[in-house]
Amino acid sequence: MNRASSQLSAREIAVNRGGRSIFSDISFRLQDGELLAVTGANGAGKSTLLRAVAGLLPLAAGSIRLETADTEPRPVSESAHYFGHLDGLKPSLTVHDNLALWARVMGVPGVSVIEALEEVELDHLDDMPAGYLSAGQRRRASLARLLVVRRPLWLLDEPTSALDARSEAVFGALLAAHLGAGGLAIAATHRPLPVATAATLRIGAA
Amino acid sequence: MTGLFLALVGRTVKLSLGAGGGAFVGLIFFLSVVAVVPFGVGPDMKLLARIGPAMLWIAALLATLLGLDRLFQDDRDDGSLDQLMLSGLPLELVALAKAIGHWLATGLPLVLGAPVFGLILGLDATAIGLVTLTLLIGTPALIFIGAIGAALITALRRGGLLVAVLVLPFTIPVLIFGVSTITAVTTTGLPVMPPLLILVALSMASAVIGPVAAAAALRAGMD
Repeated sequence: MNRASSQLSAREIAVNRGGRSIFSDISFRLQDGELLAVTGANGAGKSTLLRAVAGLLPLAAGSIRLETADTEPRPVSESAHYFGHLDGLKPSLTVHDNLALWARVMGVPGVSVIEALEEVELDHLDDMPAGYLSAGQRRRASLARLLVVRRPLWLLDEPTSALDARSEAVFGALLAAHLGAGGLAIAATHRPLPVATAATLRIGAA
Repeated sequence: MTGLFLALVGRTVKLSLGAGGGAFVGLIFFLSVVAVVPFGVGPDMKLLARIGPAMLWIAALLATLLGLDRLFQDDRDDGSLDQLMLSGLPLELVALAKAIGHWLATGLPLVLGAPVFGLILGLDATAIGLVTLTLLIGTPALIFIGAIGAALITALRRGGLLVAVLVLPFTIPVLIFGVSTITAVTTTGLPVMPPLLILVALSMASAVIGPVAAAAALRAGMD
């Protein structure tokens, strides 16, 4: 983890989908250890913003820069964890096997798969096919993916949906630890986050 | 990155062979087509032996196309494709790994099954050997070409047989040179090397073009 040196800045970004402008002229800046909350009505473009920052959607205008302590600059897509609505779990593979693939993606190796499952309190289900997990458990298994490889930026889309109060506290602790180690995070949410936010970005007509 | 590539190949194989993966459906479809031919053609062993290699090739072609539609679609539906795009592995290599895994799980069983099914059609040992050899060389080409179609329908959010309709015309050269390699030895007596080498070339070229085109289609479909 790169301490006290990472910074994410977006300058006047705009995204079009299907020929229609979703949002334009959005700028923000994040220093290490900061959490940016993105709010807005349904359909305002919160998820679109996160996907655009991750590099999953092309920018129509503007630029996004992530500066980290790495000697060689990496694109944002290789420095960000995207935690979206879809959990990326294969129902027929065990929880452990599912995570084992994501432990090999580019980035600084984090904790082992079983340790990550312990963090999200799923270690007793590691040899269970992911298809048998409940919605909240799938969400937590997906959260463990953010721990097996360390990346400086977390992009969280409705991170606390389907989580119960206890799991939300677990998530809050993990996010606080990530920020405490100098990480960055952007969370799109309707509900109050269990971690103090540095800034709030409101998008859409309001 | 090699680790991720190999892990992705392994996971694709595991998913295809596992419950609901559909690898065995292709093999059973292959068997069904081959088993139906003698009923349609009649008990003429000479005729069967003559058209047998072509029937095996057509059946293998159809069986290959059958399982292609889910190649990238499942990954898009459950969010794995997003994660693979952020994994740091170039999307071309992601497509290559998925295609190799898909061939190991669905193409290789067809190759291994071909000698058995050749016996059903009354082929002699030479023809059976040649069918197996040409399928071994040719089925990767079918899957690499098919991967382009699979990526396109994933981008278009369509499914089912559309991929077979899209891909079939582009697999005709593979079929022609696969079958003509066999007939060069068994019936026509023409030189065997030219069609065999063209078949090898088709496989090698599609191994490069297929993943690159599939990755381009997947990127275009990210909107």
